[in-house]
Amino acid sequence: MNPTISLKIKRCDTQDGETYWEEFTIPYKPSMNIISCLMEIQKNPVNARGERTSPVTWESSCLEEVCGSCTMVINGHVRQACSTLVDKLTQPITIESMTKFPRVRDLVVNRKGLFENLKRVKAWIAIDGTHDLGPGPRMSAGEQTVGYELSRCMMCGCCLEACPQVNSHSNFVGAAIISQARLFNMHPTGQMNADERIDALMGDGGLSDCGNAQMCVEACPKEIPLTTSIAEMERSATKRAFKRLLGT
Amino acid sequence: MAQPKIIVVGGGLAGLATCIKLAEAGAETSLFSVIPVRRSHSVCAQGGINAAVNTKGEGDSTWQHFDDSIYGGDFLANQTPVKNMCEAAPGIIHLLDRMGVMFNRTPEGLLDFRRFGGTLFHRTAFAGATTGQQILYALDEQVRHAEADGKLTKFEGWEMLSLVLDDQCVCRGIVAINLSTMEVKSFRADAVVIASGGPGLVFGKSTNSMICTGSAVSACFQQGAIYGNGEFIQVHPTAVPGEDKLRLISESVRGEGGRVWVYKDGKPWYFLEEWYPKYGNLVPRDVATRAIFKVVYDLKLGIDGKPQVYLDVSHLDPTFLKKKLGGVLEIYEKFVGEDPCKIPMRVFPAVHYSMGGLWVDFNQMTNIPGLFAAGECEYQYHGANRLGANSLVSCIYGGFIAGPAALRYAKGLTKGADALSDSCFTAEQQRQVSINEELIKSGGKVNPHHIHQELGDVMTENVTVIRYNDKLKKADDKLQELIDRYRNVALPDTSLWANQELVFTRQLGNMLQLARVIALGAWRRNESRGSHYKPDFPNREDEGWLKTTKAKFAGTTQEPEFSYEAVDTQFIKPRPRKYDMKQ
Repeated sequence: MNPTISLKIKRCDTQDGETYWEEFTIPYKPSMNIISCLMEIQKNPVNARGERTSPVTWESSCLEEVCGSCTMVINGHVRQACSTLVDKLTQPITIESMTKFPRVRDLVVNRKGLFENLKRVKAWIAIDGTHDLGPGPRMSAGEQTVGYELSRCMMCGCCLEACPQVNSHSNFVGAAIISQARLFNMHPTGQMNADERIDALMGDGGLSDCGNAQMCVEACPKEIPLTTSIAEMERSATKRAFKRLLGT
Repeated sequence: MAQPKIIVVGGGLAGLATCIKLAEAGAETSLFSVIPVRRSHSVCAQGGINAAVNTKGEGDSTWQHFDDSIYGGDFLANQTPVKNMCEAAPGIIHLLDRMGVMFNRTPEGLLDFRRFGGTLFHRTAFAGATTGQQILYALDEQVRHAEADGKLTKFEGWEMLSLVLDDQCVCRGIVAINLSTMEVKSFRADAVVIASGGPGLVFGKSTNSMICTGSAVSACFQQGAIYGNGEFIQVHPTAVPGEDKLRLISESVRGEGGRVWVYKDGKPWYFLEEWYPKYGNLVPRDVATRAIFKVVYDLKLGIDGKPQVYLDVSHLDPTFLKKKLGGVLEIYEKFVGEDPCKIPMRVFPAVHYSMGGLWVDFNQMTNIPGLFAAGECEYQYHGANRLGANSLVSCIYGGFIAGPAALRYAKGLTKGADALSDSCFTAEQQRQVSINEELIKSGGKVNPHHIHQELGDVMTENVTVIRYNDKLKKADDKLQELIDRYRNVALPDTSLWANQELVFTRQLGNMLQLARVIALGAWRRNESRGSHYKPDFPNREDEGWLKTTKAKFAGTTQEPEFSYEAVDTQFIKPRPRKYDMKQ
């Protein structure tokens, strides 16, 4: 008999519909990832009981783990579906959408909130215009190494999904946003707006909501030092609080 | 007077660069994208961005960059825009640096540059091996800043279906579909800039992202926009084959010292270094790809008898590799399960980039008044073969030209889109709604994904590296058969909420039309130039073919109409392109 793969996918047809599990059996090929399994279902949308069904709806784009689109909960762990290889998983493989974002359909969620929170911490360098003002500021290779590590964050949402403090009762912005604030506060030009970013993180849903569970750094597919970022920003916030107290 | 309304379709580097210029100039800008713009395909660009900043004491110049680009493109690109781009490139790098892109640095704290294919200079600025991602993020952040200040509106999760043209065939807006609610709506604009990227999915699997369908461009083509140089498709020499996609292994790997080899007589044979002693592993992509094909198919020296060659960095220092190439080596290790620092990578060529695209003038305007294009979706900067690390700079430069040009055009209109009656907008919207309704209730039998697979197979086999006229003709026959079968397509999902099958099926219809432009353009061009290689016509024929191919839509079951246009060669006289010379 030809080898097969068993999948169990949590489905939901509409935004606020009922969820249900559907099982699929698909032909195995060497070095398959989760995306190629879902593609198989598109080509032959029949479930394990032999019934015709609708293909599973999911988000993906680059399939190289740089765009952050295909985040899912696979065998209980939040991760990128493209870099999750079937050979490394126990079967049946369970696939669910993330739970910390509003569901759209099946495995698709709406992560707009993440991008909105980037506005809150002013995650940009405020330039005076795109006209020619010559080269940017010099930066040591060491600073660049730290900055580059933080800058690889692809807003996939894994750190929020893993964080116990991100839930329906809290407005916690999560580790990714805090780490982005640190990135811009480190930059020679970004530093000029450092206080504004820290102030934003000292408000509701900011640093004080972090429970130090350290799940974020474990979940991050890019191994970004998120807990270091949180600690750095907490230090900055403490300094800022003192200064505010002293009225400077 | 109210500010002109401009719509930008696509949020990769070209679209974002356009938006930044428009928002800065105060235009009322709307940005449409199928996904959150921060996830656009530009993230996949790995190796770097070219600019002759000349900080390495090599005597590099923007003229040299220009000459390398024209020569690399086998003289097919119009020279004026390429020259302007190369002159603007150092300023673009400085601007990106000011925006906070984490470019690698020299010990002195200056931008570092590395070597890339088709040049002998260190001209490529880079941020690890995820340069495209880093630059996209910087532009995304600038656009978010503009959005937060109320200077721009984003429509993320909307896909353009068609243009709205008035009775004079002037572009007045677009019709788009909301990918969650499936709402179809028309949007007015005084000018539209298409920056929707390349058509990789026409070849089934490629190095492109899943969103690179070329669908929006094909829609413009089917509404009268001319498509230029469609037959020029870049096949990148080094990618890792996969079930779902072909993953790029950046040219920067060779730029930093990676070597390509196979076993011959039991010993490593560095065939690129032997055949091209001056450029070695850094010959342009078309040259490297054909060399690998020769080694694998003619000489039958593929590793383990399979279509694969070694790309080897195992002789280089692991710390150095992590710093300069971390992102790309990590991809290989994650997907293949072997550490490239210890075991040579196994790679093979893959469809990567379209030099062809919407025909535009030097102001990035298509032949349809009010419709502009920038980025990979237009044809202007790369001739018959794109040099590595020229794509990022051409996207940003194209956007920087398109934005202000669209605004100038809009300001010169005697009658803006808002002053028009509803008729052309409602008619086009209704036309699109009807197409969707017909697909939903279609009683057909064919799964669209099966047609897509056949499309990819026929295009990859016949319309890529080595092209023969009889095979191209047969490929076009097959495409006509697929277009016919497409009429009998059945949606595997008929719901009216987040229906990805409906959207994909529409993209597929558009891919099929674009495929014919590519295949027939290749069939007609009886010469070899850049990426276009016909063994039966092995030489470049400037006499007959130093011309831009222009394809015009003539109906869904008709062959496109082809015409040819002289190339602007006023600065550099075409000369033979030979990378195998010693000096």
